[in-house]
Amino acid sequence: MSYIVQGETGDWEVVCGLEVHAQAISKAKLFSGASVEFGAEPNEQVSLVDAAMPGMLPVINEYAVEQAVKTGLGLNAKINLHSVFERKNYFYADLPQGYQISQYLHPIVGEGTVVLDLEDGSTREIGIERLHMEQDAGKSIHDRDPRRTFIDLNRSGTCLMEIVSKPDIRTPEEAGAYLRKMRSILRYLGTCDGNMEEGSLRCDVNVSVRKVGETDLRTRAEVKNVNSVKFVMQAIEHEAERQIDVYESGGEVVQETRLFDSGKGETRSMRAKEFAHDYRYFPDPDLLPLRLDAAWVAKIEATLPELPDAKKNRFMRDFGLSAYDAGVLVAERETAEYFEAAAEGRDAKQAANWVINNLAGALGKLGLGIGESPVSAAGLGKLLDLIKDGTISSNIAKKVFEAMMETGDDPEAIVEAQGLKQVTDTGAIEAAVDAAIAAGENQVAQYKAGNQKIIGWFVGQVMKATGGKANPQTVNELLRKKLAG
Amino acid sequence: MALDIDKVREVAYLARIRIPEGDLEKLRGELNNIIGWVEQLAEVDTEGVEPMTSVVGGLEAPMRNDAVTDGHCPEKVLANAPELEERFYAVPKVVE
Repeated sequence: MSYIVQGETGDWEVVCGLEVHAQAISKAKLFSGASVEFGAEPNEQVSLVDAAMPGMLPVINEYAVEQAVKTGLGLNAKINLHSVFERKNYFYADLPQGYQISQYLHPIVGEGTVVLDLEDGSTREIGIERLHMEQDAGKSIHDRDPRRTFIDLNRSGTCLMEIVSKPDIRTPEEAGAYLRKMRSILRYLGTCDGNMEEGSLRCDVNVSVRKVGETDLRTRAEVKNVNSVKFVMQAIEHEAERQIDVYESGGEVVQETRLFDSGKGETRSMRAKEFAHDYRYFPDPDLLPLRLDAAWVAKIEATLPELPDAKKNRFMRDFGLSAYDAGVLVAERETAEYFEAAAEGRDAKQAANWVINNLAGALGKLGLGIGESPVSAAGLGKLLDLIKDGTISSNIAKKVFEAMMETGDDPEAIVEAQGLKQVTDTGAIEAAVDAAIAAGENQVAQYKAGNQKIIGWFVGQVMKATGGKANPQTVNELLRKKLAG
Repeated sequence: MALDIDKVREVAYLARIRIPEGDLEKLRGELNNIIGWVEQLAEVDTEGVEPMTSVVGGLEAPMRNDAVTDGHCPEKVLANAPELEERFYAVPKVVE
């Protein structure tokens, strides 16, 4: 898949890298014992460390380190047994220390890879440059007062994992797929809940353009605040066009930070940040270098769950699913588990179809996640059994499924209560077939004249007469036999 | 390395210290003296010596368990706020 923008002076390609800020799942903050739970009263979950009171010292949360290591392992990345916390200096009202404790020259995780699953079923590898740990800032609220900004430090000091990709991304679709895949991996690992609305997963995009065929990178702009898959794709499209316009009208793109305005779908310059990139990093004297034990890392590695790529391959290999279907099923761990439970001992392709089409569609309409599905995996499995043993037809199964979604009842009970059992009694079906043939003189003539498709009309009549319960195969066989005679 | 006037102005801005234009030259001299003094360290032969980034060597960073043991003290946290609104620090409008 290539994404080429045709300009007045030729064809341009886009070069992107993503920086994902993932809030590590933990109970307490990175350097203090205050809670990180979302939604508390303002300034409730703040220790004197988080408020940067003089004399307070940071002490690192071991579990946060474990989460970062686990994430690095899940990204097939190198774990650095020696890493260093540094101070990134800048002034902002919601950063009480006047610096953010982060990692710079020696991050905890080095190079890794993420495999993208693209729409056409193909895959593409995107390199990971690094993952480092850092503190989150507090929250500024600008819209409650005309002349003041309100500061809530609840988020101050929460552990973030900043995951930086290599500039390997070439299309808006790849950027979207990357963000989706990253979210999926983090959720499988249980290291970040991936909730973009609550801000536990945030994204900045570095965008540059170059003429097709150029091998050097041109100046990039960093677009902040693109916090959904859709916005990431929009921001790249818009920013690429803007840069191409700048070059084609004889200008130069300047390296700067731009803000994405999701309302307008545009990026705009954050001019006030002219010195913002002068962060004057230096090792934090309050924190010793972080040294990890290789055996401890190995122990974490042994606890890794089966990740989406491995699961996808297994679904394709063991269940004969297509790359696309397997990709859809493994995107969310809960969906994959649901599918496996429903498919256990049954026709896996059929189970996959039901989960991907019927179930996902019905849940989407109700606005429910798979964890809240009124139809359990066991329930869906039973429904598939009823189709298999001929109790109901596939068509009737859809009806039963609808009833299951509404009531959460057992499929057998629904079939029984609504009298939906398939009619396999040839005598009853034959009577309906005879009646249909008798009523359709015209159609019989057409069939005999060679219009094979008209048989659908007869099937329809028989189904109507039997309330849809006639076994379709028997109906077809009888019709063909009788019409031929 | 020697600082010029522009660099002194930039450093002051980064530190958010307002320096009257007339004081910059004097500060430039003082800062350059300090830099010159620190630069004497470069005379020491450090070939093969690992850089030391903390004042105590050979120690492991102590770690904390992931347990909520702190917070829930908004009155302490907000005690020194120059201005409060509900339970927020209220600061001059930050525009961006």
